[in-house]
Amino acid sequence: MTVEQIIFIITGLFTLGSAFMVVTTQKLIQAALWLVSALFGVTILYAILQADFLAVVQVVVYIGAIAVLFIFAVMLTRKELRDQGSQTRSNWWIAALLGALVLAGLVFLIIGEPAFNRMAQAIPAGVDTLRNLGTALVSPDAYVMPFEVASVLLLSALVGAVYIASRKGEEK
Amino acid sequence: MSIPLSWYLILAATLFCIGLFGVLSRRNAIAILLGIELMLNAVNINLVAFWRYRDPAQMAGQVFAVIVFAVAAAEVAVGLALIISVYRRSNTIVADDIDLMKW
Repeated sequence: MTVEQIIFIITGLFTLGSAFMVVTTQKLIQAALWLVSALFGVTILYAILQADFLAVVQVVVYIGAIAVLFIFAVMLTRKELRDQGSQTRSNWWIAALLGALVLAGLVFLIIGEPAFNRMAQAIPAGVDTLRNLGTALVSPDAYVMPFEVASVLLLSALVGAVYIASRKGEEK
Repeated sequence: MSIPLSWYLILAATLFCIGLFGVLSRRNAIAILLGIELMLNAVNINLVAFWRYRDPAQMAGQVFAVIVFAVAAAEVAVGLALIISVYRRSNTIVADDIDLMKW
């Protein structure tokens, strides 16, 4: 076992444990905080994969914005500080069964495919992935169109969220 | 360099299934959205792993992951706005109790 494998296993167990707590803990605010730790584990995975930009974006966008938004929503939608009743449906075992079946099928497919046993090659010298990503996002013969569509999507989501959450039209 | 690609894929599959379980088993609408976030992250791990293990000079995998970030941010913003709006009107965010449009 190399150091990299040990780091991967520790990070993976940390991420999966946090994710498991997200879906099982009974206190909603704790679930949101466990989500932060799961997202942080994914950040470490990006760093191991040498996707530097995505690791930073994961911290800034996911942990910095989305997780905080969740915590705000949890605090805005509770009358008292206790959660009422059980947070899990009574027929949760069907969901567990379905999840286990999907997982078994996926793992079966992944293990059966010999092409997935490959190791990563070192990134060739002279390839600047950060510069390549920036160029790819804005060059017309690469991905400028999805990039612009994403910005329109974000703008419409911004306007839509402000309109939906505003008190206008509420009968009171 | 010593981690096979399948390790990442199995980790992402497990994360996806945990998120799926959360989406299906939770009663609270916010907790359902938390599960969706886990599933989106699992997809992103796959995209970045394939980018790294195929050809790091081609940026398609990372660009796709960036688009998934943007979609996830939009989804959470609109989803939480909807939940807060529903909470104001019907005073509950338990998904089973929001049955106004059920026949």
